[in-house]
Amino acid sequence: MEQKSKGIMGWVDERYPATVTWEKHLAKYYTPKNFNFWYFFGSLAFMVLVIQILSGVFLTMFYKPDTALAFQSVEMGIMRDVEWGWLIRYFHSTGASAFFIVVYLHMFRALLYGSYKKPRELIWIFGMLIFLALMAEGFMGYLLPWGQMSFWGAQVIINLVSAIPFVGEDLSIWVRGDFVIGDATLNRFFSLHVAAIPLILIGLIFAHIVALHQVGSNNPDGVEIKKNKDENGIPKDGIPFHPYYSVKDIVGVVVFLMFFSIVVFFMPEMFGYFLEHANFEPANPLKTPEHIAPVWYFTPYYSVLRAVPSIAGSAFPGVIAMGAAIVVLFFLPWLDRNPVKSIRYRAGWYKILVAIFVVAFIVLGVLGTLAPTDGRTLLAQICTAYYFAFFLLMPIYTKLEKNKPVPERVTMK
Amino acid sequence: MKKIILVLLLTTIAMLSTGLTLASGGGYPKSPANVDVTDMASLQRGAKVFTDYCLSCHSAKFVRFNRVATDLGMTESEVMDNLNHLGVKFGSTMTAAITEDYAKEAFGAFPPDLSLVARSRGVDWLYTYLISFYADPTKTTGHNNAIFKDVGMPNIFWKQEGVKKAVYEEHDGEKVFVGVEVVEKGTMAPEEFDTMIRDLVSFLSYIGEPNQTYRKSLGIYVLVFLFIFFGIAYAMKKDYWKDVH
Repeated sequence: MEQKSKGIMGWVDERYPATVTWEKHLAKYYTPKNFNFWYFFGSLAFMVLVIQILSGVFLTMFYKPDTALAFQSVEMGIMRDVEWGWLIRYFHSTGASAFFIVVYLHMFRALLYGSYKKPRELIWIFGMLIFLALMAEGFMGYLLPWGQMSFWGAQVIINLVSAIPFVGEDLSIWVRGDFVIGDATLNRFFSLHVAAIPLILIGLIFAHIVALHQVGSNNPDGVEIKKNKDENGIPKDGIPFHPYYSVKDIVGVVVFLMFFSIVVFFMPEMFGYFLEHANFEPANPLKTPEHIAPVWYFTPYYSVLRAVPSIAGSAFPGVIAMGAAIVVLFFLPWLDRNPVKSIRYRAGWYKILVAIFVVAFIVLGVLGTLAPTDGRTLLAQICTAYYFAFFLLMPIYTKLEKNKPVPERVTMK
Repeated sequence: MKKIILVLLLTTIAMLSTGLTLASGGGYPKSPANVDVTDMASLQRGAKVFTDYCLSCHSAKFVRFNRVATDLGMTESEVMDNLNHLGVKFGSTMTAAITEDYAKEAFGAFPPDLSLVARSRGVDWLYTYLISFYADPTKTTGHNNAIFKDVGMPNIFWKQEGVKKAVYEEHDGEKVFVGVEVVEKGTMAPEEFDTMIRDLVSFLSYIGEPNQTYRKSLGIYVLVFLFIFFGIAYAMKKDYWKDVH
């Protein structure tokens, strides 16, 4: 490498840090050798981002952000008249759900192995900001096909803004740009969806990776590999990201693409979860659908919203709870007081608490897709209480844990 | 850890399946449509029924005649002579014969566009809807529908299907609607009528997503490619990783 850089690379390197960057972030970025299944989802999230940007660029060429034309430009233009338009649209619609699946799993990995703990707090904060930006991106993109669920889903969510006391009404008009969801709303959502939020996302992802490479990756044992270096200053348990993890991640990408293709080619609607049936009807502001549910990736938070009873006819407490359910995640690095990172060496009962948390989160998600009944609301309330207790009581219970001994070096289980 | 993951998976599956059962409950039971969108003869017959009957009042404004010709293996003249009753251009879309004003006067509402009805309602719902009209003298059209109560659409197939009446059962002193039965024979034998409705639903499914057959056939090739790619990628990973212990 160093000999080659005398030629063209030498010329470039004097003017641009090409070789330095390549080595710092790939060829000499030392990564723990014991990554397991859970460590595929970071690179997969990045690949889904690429899929979304590429397919989005082509969709934007044919989509018309106009309430009179939007539905037709998608369902006739892109889905029928444009060559391969249907495939690009299914890539994008499946990609949206896939993005949330891999990001949820990526976040769960951080929870399992304590990847948010010192010195990786900023990686976690940037990651949470990415998650927020992604939710905004998904929400605004969902309005664009201008189907019944696009319209009424946006209606429900924007109405939450008007639940804010005193300024809510004015604020919701400011968000919509109109008294009702209309052309102004569609146009601004389009602009934010294709330009503003993708730019923010890319910036945040850049910061997320820079922060990661500053401190180095965590691993399933939660051992800092930089504490054990050989005579050349290379971590003994580290291997260069490239080629080791680049070739490994290709395997992950291919397996992911198999699942992705099964959805795209054989079940693009995914039983009405990825493309909702009611969204094949154009938006009709005069006809409220029987049952309005947000897309599946928002339903856990939607359940939290519905679980909190309104006070004096105002849904504001629910809105606060929904916001708090996301905000509390930002504080995770400081809520968890156990110095041991990996769940492998933490108390058995902590594993059970995490397992119940996962079940509660999924139950909230399922309940969010269903119309509320008394029994379901009670279940949602129990799960919401658990969700908050899991995080807010963390400073207390994580100090009571009896940890197992953490090994000096990583293990290859 | 592995045990926990297993327990999580099982619990999740159990939760989801209860969720799905809860979601699908309620309403008039749907009969399976069992349509086959690769059956060209059925699609061609369905296209004829659709353009003869449905297009009088409904439109399929996203569907072009020339596309139907290509996909269903029909010639331009076959389509122009048999399906295009309004005599629009070959590349034009399917518009309704009725005007919007007249439709509003006659039915109180404009009949919905049918381009995507198979995707918004589902084929089973459409099939059940089309076979569930029954005589109801309290309605202006003379008919009601078991799965779509007080529907504005008249029972256009009553001649072929015959007249049906509603069947009620007593449950705890309450009259409960259970289904429909034929009381007056139609011009078509029941099997013949059933085939016609299935052809029609099959055509509606096709226009809902004209690419669906091609999509699935392409998907097989994509998966075969990915499977081979997986073998190569996995072998490459194994080779690079053989010195990592």
